[in-house]
Amino acid sequence: MNKMISTDQPGQTSPYLDIRQIKKTFAKFEALKGVSFSVAQGEFLCLVGPSGCGKTTLLRCIAGLETQTSGDIFQDGTNIGQLPVEQRDFGIVFQSYALFPNLTIWDNIRYGIQTKGVTRQADLKRLEELLAMVRLSEHRDKYPGQLSGGEQQRVALVRALATSPGLLLLDEPLSALDAQVRHHLRREIKEIQKNLGVTTIMVTHDQEEALSMADRVAVMKAGQIEQIGSPLDIYHKPNSRFIASFIGSMNMFLGRKIAQDRLSVGDLTLECAADESGIGREVTFAFRPEQVELTLSDESTQNSIPATVIDRETRGATDRIFLSSPDLEGELCADMWSADTLLGTLMPGTPVTLHVPAHAVVILEGHLT
Amino acid sequence: MSGAASELDKVSTSSRDTRPPKGESDRMFSLVLWLYVGAFMVLLALPLGMLIAKSFTDRGGDWVGISNYATYLSNPARYVSLTNSLFVSSLTALIVTTLAFGFAFALTRTNMPFKPFFKIVGFAPLLMPSVIKAISLVYFFGNQGVLKSWMFGNTIYGPIGIVIGSVLWTFPHVLVILVAAFSLSDARLYESAQALKAGRWRIFRTVTLPGAVYGIISAVMVAFILVITDFGVPKVIGGNFSVLSTDIYKEVVGQQNFSMGAVVSVVLLMPALAAFLIDRQVKKRQRTAMSSQSVPYAPKKDRWIDLAALAFCSLVAVATLGVVAMAQYASLVTFWPYNLSLTLDHYQFNVSGAGWDNFFNSVKLALAVSAFGTTAAFIGAYIIEKSKTAPSLRTVVGGFSMVPIAVPGLVLGLSHLMFINHPDNPLQILYGGFTILIASTIIHFYTVSHLTATSALRQIDPAMEGVSLSLKVPLYRSFFRVTLPISIPVLLEISIYLFLASMTTVSGIIFLYGSGTKVASVAAIHLDEMGESAAAAAMGMLIVYACVIVRLLHLGFGTWLIRRSQAWRVR
Repeated sequence: MNKMISTDQPGQTSPYLDIRQIKKTFAKFEALKGVSFSVAQGEFLCLVGPSGCGKTTLLRCIAGLETQTSGDIFQDGTNIGQLPVEQRDFGIVFQSYALFPNLTIWDNIRYGIQTKGVTRQADLKRLEELLAMVRLSEHRDKYPGQLSGGEQQRVALVRALATSPGLLLLDEPLSALDAQVRHHLRREIKEIQKNLGVTTIMVTHDQEEALSMADRVAVMKAGQIEQIGSPLDIYHKPNSRFIASFIGSMNMFLGRKIAQDRLSVGDLTLECAADESGIGREVTFAFRPEQVELTLSDESTQNSIPATVIDRETRGATDRIFLSSPDLEGELCADMWSADTLLGTLMPGTPVTLHVPAHAVVILEGHLT
Repeated sequence: MSGAASELDKVSTSSRDTRPPKGESDRMFSLVLWLYVGAFMVLLALPLGMLIAKSFTDRGGDWVGISNYATYLSNPARYVSLTNSLFVSSLTALIVTTLAFGFAFALTRTNMPFKPFFKIVGFAPLLMPSVIKAISLVYFFGNQGVLKSWMFGNTIYGPIGIVIGSVLWTFPHVLVILVAAFSLSDARLYESAQALKAGRWRIFRTVTLPGAVYGIISAVMVAFILVITDFGVPKVIGGNFSVLSTDIYKEVVGQQNFSMGAVVSVVLLMPALAAFLIDRQVKKRQRTAMSSQSVPYAPKKDRWIDLAALAFCSLVAVATLGVVAMAQYASLVTFWPYNLSLTLDHYQFNVSGAGWDNFFNSVKLALAVSAFGTTAAFIGAYIIEKSKTAPSLRTVVGGFSMVPIAVPGLVLGLSHLMFINHPDNPLQILYGGFTILIASTIIHFYTVSHLTATSALRQIDPAMEGVSLSLKVPLYRSFFRVTLPISIPVLLEISIYLFLASMTTVSGIIFLYGSGTKVASVAAIHLDEMGESAAAAAMGMLIVYACVIVRLLHLGFGTWLIRRSQAWRVR
């Protein structure tokens, strides 16, 4: 096995997929600027980022539909970076479903596993199971055009899984669907993925989708991976202003770090998560709107910020309160449960006090622009 | 140790070129692409190169530089054809675009009654060879024509006849473009304009016209190309008014002066090429006019506009149908204008060199061109659009595919004649046979077929090929299993286009037929040349009837086939 990664250490399992320094240049545009990461066997990884960040190009390079300008891709120990598409081992689902419109559902899903029109008995059984898993057994003789978008995408998923690929690639599979169908299908895809244990990479621009489905999330920006980690890490420990503003929403301000766990901003001194770095320097700190507690009294406890209500927005389960504080420069907001009786008393101009727990105050790299 | 080795390995592997890796279907596709390159070389590049080279040699074949061109330009009797050609082509282009604009507007932007009828009438001239229109005009306005007084002493034989005849035959070609341009409009623009209280005329000026302007320019250019390269109408009705296309014919067939024929061909190629390039530039800009979010425009009822549209379209319909009716009448009259009793004698073709054979040859040619041309255009477009094989090779084949539309049929035919008649060419045995006629005609109409196939293929989800490959099914299998069945409607469209075009064309094949392969459209020209107008009209009418019958059969067969194969389209 001379193709095996030679840096393997005994006892440590090598990653199933290993992406090394992938670069892709279109004419003069650098779509991927040397991306590296690895995916473990059975892991579900999401590539998420704004449009044009290179996430789809990266997925297409892994599939072989696009060829990287440089860099290698190892799958199960073999360098597949230069193999043609049909010699790689993956199944793919596109945003547009891409079902063969002139073939029935059944013919679509067995398209890849029949040789000379014959499907093996074992494969047939597997297909029927898969079709049952997505609850489409009774639709097998229909044409794709007769199914709803969500149903078509489930068929596309089964078709991609029919050949028992080692790797499943999902290219914005839910983006063309209605919100309700989308939420439902998220869980369904996740469940099937877990049951089959197939290593999966999904591309999406929807951060909520990424957080809810993936084992690990890689956030991309301008051809590079900004941060990669578990959904919780990405959400609660963003490492840059970009991540903080792209994943969910965050209040961000400039302040001066005066001690390991202390910031000074305006007339306020705030406690933050303890960290050695940046003491004495100007830093960006941030906290999430839902971690802000809002009271009417002006009692000053730890991390209290005086503020005035500007406006209010109903969002369903929560309400977002827009505020201004004499000490903080920039937009400030707080989320409250809609059921909270306090909400009724909040009018534009109402003075309030905000309380932010110290562990919720995160120091970010990069500066306010 | 091994770590260092792998670092080295990384360096060596990561600086490879980025050409896509080759799979099984790629090898097959690049082989097919090479076949196309070969065919285009033999049928397009080499003949045209030879023709251009010929224009720099004398009759004996010696190199004389530009002296042929000097001779041409120093002879006013010769280059007057150039100005004549430019004049009638420009005038026709303006008139036909204006008329077709009105017709297209009526069809797409009004609630005029009888729209389906007018649509059929508008496109009916596609079923007639241009000689039919010319002969009709002679019977209407010629020296012994029934409406001679309408000419106010002018003669129909000359620019007037050419312009009217050309307007008649180019009308459907221009109509297609303008109907498409008008269909590409977003109802929301009109609603916004109305919401802003713009009047009817202001809306027309600020929304309708700008939306259609690219279509209009394109229409003018296409009409210009069609007329300047046409041979049938000026041949029959041009009289002593010489144009470039008739000059080529005279030089080659009359004087056997191939060098001068080549010179005039190159001269003719220039304006045609210029018009083609303008048209391409314009089409490039047109693409972004409509987004998938647009709402198609639905005209509102407006009594006066609808009535005006009806009146205008009726006039056009009367003229179009009058032309066919007159040609039909002309073919039945015993001896115009002295013996008006009706007879079928002219359909016996008791003239040397003409007969029913010509008609059957036409049908044979049209069927072969339709079958082979559709196949070639579709496979070529498929590989160019859908495969990732050999990008530069695909660009070359794609480029070649766009050339034929810029080359006048007469020039193409002449170049094929020179090429195949060259003593050193092993293909010489094909001269006078069907093979060269079929190949030449396919090339002549290749671009339109190619573009039609291309635009249909572009509407198929590009992800389909990726899915197929990920399932390890080679592309050629998916081609037969999926792409081809999906594309049956467009295949039907291309095949009927090629059939009708081959039945009615003259210019491409007038130099290439042999004793046994003369086709009806050429025979009609020859009959007319010999003064046998009635027989020429009869021959022309045979073409019309064949076209109508095949069109109807095709419609029936197409409907059946689509119902059978496209069941999946029904929701």
